[in-house]
Amino acid sequence: MENKDLDFSFRLWRYDGTPGELIPLLQSAQDHFGYIPRQAIQYISGVTRIPESSIYGVITFYSQFRLQPMGKHMVRVCVGTACHVAGAKAISNSVQDELGVEVSGTTEDGIFTFFTVACIGCCSLAPVMMIDEQTYGKLTPASVRKILREIRRKELKAAQEGTAVKGR
Amino acid sequence: MYKVLVGMGSCGLSAGAREVFSALQQLIPPGSKDAELAITGCIGMCYREPLVEVRGDKTRVIYGDVTPERVKEIFERHVKGGTPVPGYVVYQSTPEGEAGLELDFLKNQTRIVLRNCGTIDPESLEDYERSGGYAALRKVLSEMTPASVIEEVKKSGLRGRGGAGFPTGLKWSFCAAQPGEVKYIVCNADEGDPGAFMDRSVLESDPHSVLEGMVICARAIGAHKGFIYCRAEYPLAIKRLNIGIEAARKKGYLGRNILGSGFSFDIVIKQGAGAFVCGEETALFASIEGERGMPRIRPPFPAEKGLWQKPTNNNNVETYANVPWIIVNGWAEFAKYGTEKSKGTKVFALAGRIKRGGLAEVPMGITINDLIFKIGGGIKNDRAFKAIQIGGPSGGCIPAELGDTTVDFESIPKTGAIMGSGGLVVLDDKSCMVDMARFFLHFTQDESCGKCTFCRIGTLRMLETLDRITIGEGKAQDLEDLSALAARIKEASLCGLGQTAPNPVLSTIRYYPNEFEAHIKDHKCPAKVCGALVSYVIDPKKCVGCTLCAKNCPVNAITGQPKATHVVNHDICVKCGRCITSCQFDAVYKD
Repeated sequence: MENKDLDFSFRLWRYDGTPGELIPLLQSAQDHFGYIPRQAIQYISGVTRIPESSIYGVITFYSQFRLQPMGKHMVRVCVGTACHVAGAKAISNSVQDELGVEVSGTTEDGIFTFFTVACIGCCSLAPVMMIDEQTYGKLTPASVRKILREIRRKELKAAQEGTAVKGR
Repeated sequence: MYKVLVGMGSCGLSAGAREVFSALQQLIPPGSKDAELAITGCIGMCYREPLVEVRGDKTRVIYGDVTPERVKEIFERHVKGGTPVPGYVVYQSTPEGEAGLELDFLKNQTRIVLRNCGTIDPESLEDYERSGGYAALRKVLSEMTPASVIEEVKKSGLRGRGGAGFPTGLKWSFCAAQPGEVKYIVCNADEGDPGAFMDRSVLESDPHSVLEGMVICARAIGAHKGFIYCRAEYPLAIKRLNIGIEAARKKGYLGRNILGSGFSFDIVIKQGAGAFVCGEETALFASIEGERGMPRIRPPFPAEKGLWQKPTNNNNVETYANVPWIIVNGWAEFAKYGTEKSKGTKVFALAGRIKRGGLAEVPMGITINDLIFKIGGGIKNDRAFKAIQIGGPSGGCIPAELGDTTVDFESIPKTGAIMGSGGLVVLDDKSCMVDMARFFLHFTQDESCGKCTFCRIGTLRMLETLDRITIGEGKAQDLEDLSALAARIKEASLCGLGQTAPNPVLSTIRYYPNEFEAHIKDHKCPAKVCGALVSYVIDPKKCVGCTLCAKNCPVNAITGQPKATHVVNHDICVKCGRCITSCQFDAVYKD
């Protein structure tokens, strides 16, 4: 964890009843675990005295929060206006085909989770997708396949050698 | 000695600015005698990123489309040799004058909000100060009373840049007039409209201008705590805001007893969690309070009961960024730009089928045609200009025939669109208007928080109708039904999301009834976008017989021998489009 202030247990420990802390707590839980496990909800509820049902309500309201573990790499295809006009549908279809999962699904090998996102603000590079923190612009169905296959190849190779490729 | 600057905004980074910067770091290590290396924000030329500027005492030369390979050439010939490398100079200014490939783009702009974007290092407070930063705050604290600050902003004619265009000075005066010790300032940086990225760019390129604007506002209305509600999808903006806040605190521009004036104010960043509706102010407050971001009934208005039921002033990023400039240069200077009722400038994010996609700041009152052709360079591949979509999912389309419409808070709404926050997507003759309407409605339908029945279910019924139309199952009655439902949704929704959700549909029905008719009656999509209404054909000249399309076809509608032209059987084809996405040779096309 880069910043101690963002650390989940530290935030929970520091909680002093300041209103408005629930969302930052959930964000740090997700940073920590990669998703929000049931237990984290129980912990947060215990400390903040906010009922678990209310916390669940907040989690499901916001698209950022996930209740399931994620794949190692997060593929986010932009489906904003500029990308839509530039053919985002073909890009998301290609990702879907290549990975064999629906939107918000994780591949069986646990390497990829596929999302769509409404605009990441790189409209002049449309159509665009993000894999983890890296943005890929001016995509074509063929280049999408190439990018995904390259990552998968590296992951499989690393798995064979018994060393994990560090997720970005 | 030259200063070499690399544009490191989000679009620069995604175009490869990091690699360019690393290449320059090799050539210009810290303490180098050849030049000084620094980062800067986004100058708005997203279509030419990555950008590198070589700045001398009196010269500025900006290179576009820079690659790590080109960096070496620029370094050898320009930084060491002293002569600019021709060919990809997008802008240069020397004592002899201005020139460059993209001169028109910058020359025709008026940069107030973007005054520092792409010229200063966004992570350096000193750079901001050198370009006149925090002079406005000093003036406010030493020479002006809170009332005179509000008066200045009122006279300038500044109106909210988030979209609604409410007079900023008036809004401040409401909040200032409220009794009570505890008041809040909120900066709405939850820029959610797809196709809009002005606020992100300002936050990434010039965070201090927003912070300074907020402190001035806080002083004017008597608040001591401020929040910036920023989209979680903007990690770089959040990072630079944090750096800025930290530096401002150290220098005494934020925190206790600001510049020894006795006035205290501090800012906290709240990260959004992915909900478009949180751009609506009351939903935004609910989200800061840690709740589901659902709007509340107004009145009471935020000036009276906002965040935690306390008087709150909420403005958009661009609005705050205007404030320091107005204080330093005076209201009259600001009011020189724009029209009678819409003063100053507006930043637009140009995207879609336009040659120069990026950010441009123009005086209010410019015509759409001037914005698209003089600044934006016209339509990609010189195709026909069909329409602009302005205002995002709350806005509407304006057809090319109305290209002489001026861009301001009075004229745009007359066309059925709205000014909105500044996203402007250009459409050409390859865009289907029915598909655009469906696209935006799908977005708002998905983002509806579900509180109001008409917004929650009404938009869904509209979407179902549009879905039917785009697959050729539309009925004659549909257009009338859509309009009637739209009117009710606008009337019976609590917040801006629902009240404006039908706009994209209504404006496309208004200007493009023929396209709807073609879909409904003839089962044809004139622009050949709606997948179900077109047929897929394989071009025998391009097909090499690689068999990939046949393998990907889910219904085995494609036949052909390896290394021979393949054919689509239209009786079996389900028009899923997989053949197009799988073909490596662009041999499949829609007819």
